[in-house]
Amino acid sequence: MHYFRAPGARRIVSASLMVGVAFVIFGTSFGVLSVAAGASIAQTCVMSLFVFTGASQMSAVSVLASGGSVASAFGGAVLLAGRNAVYGLAMAPVIRESSFVTRLVGAQWVIDETTALTSAEPQENKRMTFWVSAPILYASWNIGTLIGALVGSNINPSDFGLDVAFPVMFTAMLAPHLATKTGRKAALFGGITTVVLAPFMPIGLPILVASLGMLFGLKPTTEAPVDVKTDGAP
Amino acid sequence: MSWGFVLALGAAAYFIKLFGTVIIGQREMPLALQRCLFLIPAALLAGLITKDTFTTGHHIGVDARAAGLVVAVLATWRKAPFWLVILGGVGTTAIIRLFV
Repeated sequence: MHYFRAPGARRIVSASLMVGVAFVIFGTSFGVLSVAAGASIAQTCVMSLFVFTGASQMSAVSVLASGGSVASAFGGAVLLAGRNAVYGLAMAPVIRESSFVTRLVGAQWVIDETTALTSAEPQENKRMTFWVSAPILYASWNIGTLIGALVGSNINPSDFGLDVAFPVMFTAMLAPHLATKTGRKAALFGGITTVVLAPFMPIGLPILVASLGMLFGLKPTTEAPVDVKTDGAP
Repeated sequence: MSWGFVLALGAAAYFIKLFGTVIIGQREMPLALQRCLFLIPAALLAGLITKDTFTTGHHIGVDARAAGLVVAVLATWRKAPFWLVILGGVGTTAIIRLFV
């Protein structure tokens, strides 16, 4: 494994492991909430294996748990995954030299944190960083999910205040997106929209209306327009 | 939750990732579109927070969840590690429910 003798390898592995610990905890929370929302243990684990983008998974489970339609749960989750396409653009040069099959695997691992870790490294370390951090984070998220799903199927969520775990986790995930003025505007718009519209719309629909806050991005800004947002979850 | 939902979401999420890394390759995405895609989490996560804290179905209200959210917001603002954010928020709501 020539990777591990390269300069910076130790730093990259330990940075990945630190984010990995965070992923296990976030994954556990997701597993508990997903099972509480009515998914089976197997469905919960398959979601983390196949979807592997935390905000989308949490959003889908949250909308379904509050009685929203499948269509609105799906729509919100897909919108949230949209930024991964932009990360993909940034990561394409890193993955490009690999074989086609390897690229197909690597694509699944392009998320907030792998992009953040990789972007932070100098050019000669980028490939190594991606291919070291991605499997560590993928394993961490899925191990956490399995633990959470097993634990969650044995407890009654509202006994422990676990229903509030949704907004609490979303709060931690939102924080890095408030660094820019447009981010704060979009958040304010979204936050007000879902509450104000709740009495008047089918459950799950206001959250899709909230996504219109993205249109603040149409106006050119002097702030760094596109930046990697790390929130501790994939 | 249905298996169809789980698999369709998996397929959609993977296609989005594939789109950036493999499909469009060297071509560029319009900057305005990139900016909008990056604002979606801000708008949606904030919307999910208020929905999950202040609404139950079609009803708006303030209950023990709001106290948990306040603690979580304070902890996040003070840059607490996120396990503390989760424990603080969930614990606050649980304790209030025990005594109220």
